[in-house]
Amino acid sequence: MGAPAVARIVIPSDPLAVRDGLRALFDTLLLRSLPEDHRGTAEIVLAEALNNIVEHAYARDQGEIELTLMLNGTGLVCRIIDSGVPMPGKVLPTGVLPAPPDAAVPDALAEGGFGWHLIRTLSRDLAYDRVGGQNLLSFRLEAGQYPR
Amino acid sequence: MELLAEPRAGMLVVRAMNNRIDAAGAIQFKERMRELVQDASPRVVLDMARVDFLDSSGLGAVVAVMKLLGPGRKLELAGLTPTVEKVFRLTRMDSVFLIHPAVPENLRNAV
Repeated sequence: MGAPAVARIVIPSDPLAVRDGLRALFDTLLLRSLPEDHRGTAEIVLAEALNNIVEHAYARDQGEIELTLMLNGTGLVCRIIDSGVPMPGKVLPTGVLPAPPDAAVPDALAEGGFGWHLIRTLSRDLAYDRVGGQNLLSFRLEAGQYPR
Repeated sequence: MELLAEPRAGMLVVRAMNNRIDAAGAIQFKERMRELVQDASPRVVLDMARVDFLDSSGLGAVVAVMKLLGPGRKLELAGLTPTVEKVFRLTRMDSVFLIHPAVPENLRNAV
Protein backbone atom coordinates (compact mmCIF):
# COMPACT_ATOMS: atom_id res chain seq x y z
CA MET A 1 0.00 0.00 0.00
CA GLY A 2 1.48 3.37 -1.01
CA ALA A 3 0.65 6.79 0.37
CA PRO A 4 -2.94 7.85 -0.23
CA ALA A 5 -3.48 9.72 -3.49
CA VAL A 6 -4.15 13.42 -2.97
CA ALA A 7 -5.49 16.24 -5.12
CA ARG A 8 -5.63 19.86 -3.97
CA ILE A 9 -6.95 23.05 -5.52
CA VAL A 10 -7.05 26.63 -4.23
CA ILE A 11 -9.59 28.85 -5.95
CA PRO A 12 -10.92 32.38 -5.51
CA SER A 13 -14.42 32.69 -4.09
CA ASP A 14 -16.36 33.03 -7.32
CA PRO A 15 -18.98 30.84 -9.05
CA LEU A 16 -16.97 30.62 -12.27
CA ALA A 17 -13.84 29.65 -10.34
CA VAL A 18 -15.87 26.91 -8.64
CA ARG A 19 -16.95 25.60 -12.04
CA ASP A 20 -13.43 25.72 -13.49
CA GLY A 21 -11.91 24.29 -10.31
CA LEU A 22 -14.30 21.34 -10.32
CA ARG A 23 -13.61 20.76 -14.00
CA ALA A 24 -9.84 20.70 -13.36
CA LEU A 25 -10.28 18.46 -10.34
CA PHE A 26 -12.49 15.96 -12.13
CA ASP A 27 -9.96 15.86 -14.92
CA THR A 28 -7.20 14.62 -12.59
CA LEU A 29 -6.14 11.01 -12.72
CA LEU A 30 -7.23 10.64 -9.10
CA LEU A 31 -10.87 11.38 -9.89
CA ARG A 32 -10.84 9.78 -13.31
CA SER A 33 -10.09 6.53 -11.52
CA LEU A 34 -13.51 6.60 -9.82
CA PRO A 35 -16.61 4.96 -11.30
CA GLU A 36 -18.83 7.38 -13.24
CA ASP A 37 -21.66 7.23 -10.68
CA HIS A 38 -19.31 8.03 -7.81
CA ARG A 39 -17.79 10.94 -9.73
CA GLY A 40 -21.21 12.44 -10.41
CA THR A 41 -22.19 12.21 -6.77
CA ALA A 42 -18.87 13.65 -5.64
CA GLU A 43 -19.30 16.58 -7.99
CA ILE A 44 -22.77 17.35 -6.60
CA VAL A 45 -21.54 17.41 -2.99
CA LEU A 46 -18.37 19.38 -3.73
CA ALA A 47 -20.23 21.92 -5.86
CA GLU A 48 -22.83 22.49 -3.14
CA ALA A 49 -20.18 22.90 -0.45
CA LEU A 50 -18.11 25.31 -2.55
CA ASN A 51 -21.12 27.33 -3.73
CA ASN A 52 -22.27 27.73 -0.13
CA ILE A 53 -18.89 29.21 0.77
CA VAL A 54 -19.05 31.63 -2.18
CA GLU A 55 -22.59 32.71 -1.36
CA HIS A 56 -22.58 32.73 2.42
CA ALA A 57 -19.13 32.50 4.06
CA TYR A 58 -17.70 35.12 1.72
CA ALA A 59 -21.09 36.54 0.73
CA ARG A 60 -19.58 37.56 -2.63
CA ASP A 61 -16.52 39.13 -0.96
CA GLN A 62 -13.10 38.12 -2.15
CA GLY A 63 -11.33 35.23 -0.54
CA GLU A 64 -9.74 31.88 -1.12
CA ILE A 65 -11.09 28.37 -0.83
CA GLU A 66 -8.80 25.40 -0.42
CA LEU A 67 -10.09 21.96 -1.29
CA THR A 68 -8.13 18.80 -0.58
CA LEU A 69 -9.23 15.33 -1.68
CA MET A 70 -7.66 12.14 -0.48
CA LEU A 71 -8.51 8.78 -1.94
CA ASN A 72 -8.03 5.96 0.52
CA GLY A 73 -9.60 2.63 1.40
CA THR A 74 -12.75 4.24 2.83
CA GLY A 75 -13.50 6.42 -0.18
CA LEU A 76 -12.80 10.02 -1.03
CA VAL A 77 -11.98 12.14 2.03
CA CYS A 78 -12.70 15.83 1.38
CA ARG A 79 -11.50 18.86 3.35
CA ILE A 80 -12.52 22.40 2.51
CA ILE A 81 -11.05 25.48 4.21
CA ASP A 82 -12.15 29.10 3.84
CA SER A 83 -11.57 32.34 5.74
CA GLY A 84 -15.09 33.71 5.43
CA VAL A 85 -17.63 34.33 8.18
CA PRO A 86 -18.51 31.37 10.42
CA MET A 87 -21.64 29.26 9.99
CA PRO A 88 -24.52 30.88 11.90
CA GLY A 89 -24.31 29.53 15.46
CA LYS A 90 -21.11 27.75 14.36
CA VAL A 91 -23.13 24.71 13.37
CA LEU A 92 -24.02 23.26 9.98
CA PRO A 93 -27.52 23.79 8.61
CA THR A 94 -29.82 20.83 9.19
CA GLY A 95 -30.54 20.42 5.50
CA VAL A 96 -34.22 19.69 6.00
CA LEU A 97 -35.96 19.92 2.65
CA PRO A 98 -38.50 22.67 2.08
CA ALA A 99 -42.14 21.53 2.23
CA PRO A 100 -42.84 18.58 -0.09
CA PRO A 101 -43.23 20.00 -3.58
CA ASP A 102 -46.76 20.20 -4.94
CA ALA A 103 -47.00 20.41 -8.71
CA ALA A 104 -50.53 21.80 -8.39
CA VAL A 105 -49.23 24.96 -6.71
CA PRO A 106 -46.16 25.93 -8.73
CA ASP A 107 -45.94 29.40 -7.19
CA ALA A 108 -45.30 27.80 -3.80
CA LEU A 109 -42.39 25.70 -5.02
CA ALA A 110 -39.08 26.40 -3.31
CA GLU A 111 -36.25 27.53 -5.57
CA GLY A 112 -33.55 27.01 -2.96
CA GLY A 113 -32.73 25.31 0.30
CA PHE A 114 -31.62 22.09 -1.39
CA GLY A 115 -27.86 22.38 -1.00
CA TRP A 116 -27.36 21.11 2.53
CA HIS A 117 -29.93 18.40 2.00
CA LEU A 118 -27.87 17.10 -0.93
CA ILE A 119 -24.61 17.35 1.04
CA ARG A 120 -26.04 15.56 4.07
CA THR A 121 -27.74 12.86 2.00
CA LEU A 122 -24.72 12.05 -0.14
CA SER A 123 -21.82 12.38 2.31
CA ARG A 124 -20.60 10.55 5.42
CA ASP A 125 -18.78 11.78 8.56
CA LEU A 126 -19.73 15.38 7.89
CA ALA A 127 -17.88 17.69 10.31
CA TYR A 128 -17.50 21.44 10.72
CA ASP A 129 -15.13 23.41 12.88
CA ARG A 130 -14.10 27.02 13.25
CA VAL A 131 -10.39 27.33 13.95
CA GLY A 132 -8.23 30.45 13.90
CA GLY A 133 -10.66 32.48 11.79
CA GLN A 134 -11.17 29.70 9.28
CA ASN A 135 -14.03 27.38 8.47
CA LEU A 136 -13.05 23.71 8.22
CA LEU A 137 -15.52 21.40 6.56
CA SER A 138 -14.79 17.75 6.06
CA PHE A 139 -16.70 14.73 4.85
CA ARG A 140 -16.23 11.41 3.18
CA LEU A 141 -17.71 10.24 -0.10
CA GLU A 142 -18.09 6.54 -0.17
CA ALA A 143 -18.62 4.68 -3.41
CA GLY A 144 -21.65 2.44 -3.51
CA GLN A 145 -23.33 3.70 -0.35
CA TYR A 146 -25.45 6.47 -1.75
CA PRO A 147 -29.19 6.31 -2.08
CA ARG A 148 -29.75 4.68 -5.43
CA MET B 1 -25.74 29.49 -21.72
CA GLU B 2 -26.73 28.35 -25.18
CA LEU B 3 -30.35 27.31 -25.59
CA LEU B 4 -31.85 26.33 -28.92
CA ALA B 5 -35.60 26.75 -29.27
CA GLU B 6 -37.52 24.74 -31.81
CA PRO B 7 -41.25 25.39 -32.12
CA ARG B 8 -43.22 22.28 -33.01
CA ALA B 9 -46.94 21.66 -33.27
CA GLY B 10 -48.35 22.70 -29.92
CA MET B 11 -44.99 22.48 -28.24
CA LEU B 12 -41.81 24.45 -27.82
CA VAL B 13 -38.70 22.28 -27.50
CA VAL B 14 -35.74 24.03 -25.88
CA ARG B 15 -32.45 22.22 -26.12
CA ALA B 16 -29.80 23.07 -23.51
CA MET B 17 -26.51 22.99 -25.40
CA ASN B 18 -24.13 23.48 -22.46
CA ASN B 19 -23.12 20.54 -20.32
CA ARG B 20 -23.76 22.32 -17.01
CA ILE B 21 -26.52 24.34 -15.40
CA ASP B 22 -24.74 25.50 -12.27
CA ALA B 23 -24.40 28.44 -9.90
CA ALA B 24 -22.24 30.28 -12.43
CA GLY B 25 -24.87 29.99 -15.17
CA ALA B 26 -28.23 29.69 -13.40
CA ILE B 27 -29.27 33.34 -13.69
CA GLN B 28 -28.35 33.46 -17.36
CA PHE B 29 -30.25 30.23 -17.99
CA LYS B 30 -33.35 31.64 -16.33
CA GLU B 31 -33.19 34.95 -18.21
CA ARG B 32 -32.67 33.26 -21.58
CA MET B 33 -35.55 30.87 -20.86
CA ARG B 34 -37.72 33.83 -19.91
CA GLU B 35 -37.21 35.24 -23.44
CA LEU B 36 -37.80 31.93 -25.16
CA VAL B 37 -41.04 31.05 -23.38
CA GLN B 38 -42.69 34.26 -24.61
CA ASP B 39 -43.70 31.92 -27.42
CA ALA B 40 -47.23 30.93 -26.50
CA SER B 41 -46.86 27.18 -26.93
CA PRO B 42 -48.98 25.38 -24.36
CA ARG B 43 -46.19 22.92 -23.71
CA VAL B 44 -42.53 23.69 -23.14
CA VAL B 45 -40.14 20.74 -23.18
CA LEU B 46 -36.60 21.32 -21.93
CA ASP B 47 -34.23 18.81 -23.48
CA MET B 48 -31.44 18.19 -20.95
CA ALA B 49 -29.74 15.30 -22.73
CA ARG B 50 -26.49 17.26 -23.07
CA VAL B 51 -26.49 18.49 -19.48
CA ASP B 52 -24.35 16.20 -17.39
CA PHE B 53 -24.26 18.37 -14.28
CA LEU B 54 -26.87 20.40 -12.43
CA ASP B 55 -26.39 21.84 -8.93
CA SER B 56 -29.01 23.21 -6.55
CA SER B 57 -28.76 26.67 -8.12
CA GLY B 58 -29.44 25.12 -11.51
CA LEU B 59 -32.34 23.18 -10.04
CA GLY B 60 -33.72 26.41 -8.55
CA ALA B 61 -33.51 28.04 -11.97
CA VAL B 62 -35.44 25.20 -13.62
CA VAL B 63 -38.12 25.53 -10.93
CA ALA B 64 -38.20 29.30 -11.50
CA VAL B 65 -38.79 28.72 -15.22
CA MET B 66 -41.71 26.45 -14.38
CA LYS B 67 -43.21 29.34 -12.39
CA LEU B 68 -42.58 31.80 -15.24
CA LEU B 69 -44.88 29.78 -17.45
CA GLY B 70 -47.82 30.65 -15.22
CA PRO B 71 -51.02 28.70 -14.75
CA GLY B 72 -52.13 26.49 -17.63
CA ARG B 73 -48.66 25.88 -19.04
CA LYS B 74 -46.25 23.31 -17.77
CA LEU B 75 -42.54 22.84 -18.10
CA GLU B 76 -41.67 19.29 -19.10
CA LEU B 77 -38.19 17.80 -18.98
CA ALA B 78 -36.56 15.28 -21.27
CA GLY B 79 -33.34 13.29 -21.41
CA LEU B 80 -32.10 13.62 -17.84
CA THR B 81 -28.57 12.24 -17.46
CA PRO B 82 -27.85 10.15 -14.32
CA THR B 83 -26.33 12.90 -12.14
CA VAL B 84 -29.05 15.38 -13.10
CA GLU B 85 -31.74 12.80 -12.45
CA LYS B 86 -30.24 12.15 -9.02
CA VAL B 87 -30.53 15.83 -8.03
CA PHE B 88 -34.20 15.91 -9.08
CA ARG B 89 -34.93 12.70 -7.21
CA LEU B 90 -33.14 13.52 -3.96
CA THR B 91 -34.92 16.90 -3.74
CA ARG B 92 -38.25 15.27 -4.69
CA MET B 93 -38.55 17.69 -7.61
CA ASP B 94 -38.99 14.67 -9.88
CA SER B 95 -42.60 14.65 -8.63
CA VAL B 96 -43.24 18.16 -9.91
CA PHE B 97 -42.19 17.86 -13.53
CA LEU B 98 -43.42 15.60 -16.27
CA ILE B 99 -40.17 13.86 -17.17
CA HIS B 100 -39.72 12.12 -20.54
CA PRO B 101 -36.88 9.72 -21.36
CA ALA B 102 -36.42 11.71 -24.58
CA VAL B 103 -38.16 14.61 -26.34
CA PRO B 104 -41.62 13.41 -27.31
CA GLU B 105 -41.98 13.01 -31.07
CA ASN B 106 -45.35 14.68 -31.18
CA LEU B 107 -48.40 15.32 -29.05
CA ARG B 108 -49.91 11.93 -29.74
CA ASN B 109 -46.88 10.16 -28.37
CA ALA B 110 -46.79 12.31 -25.30
CA VAL B 111 -47.92 11.12 -21.90
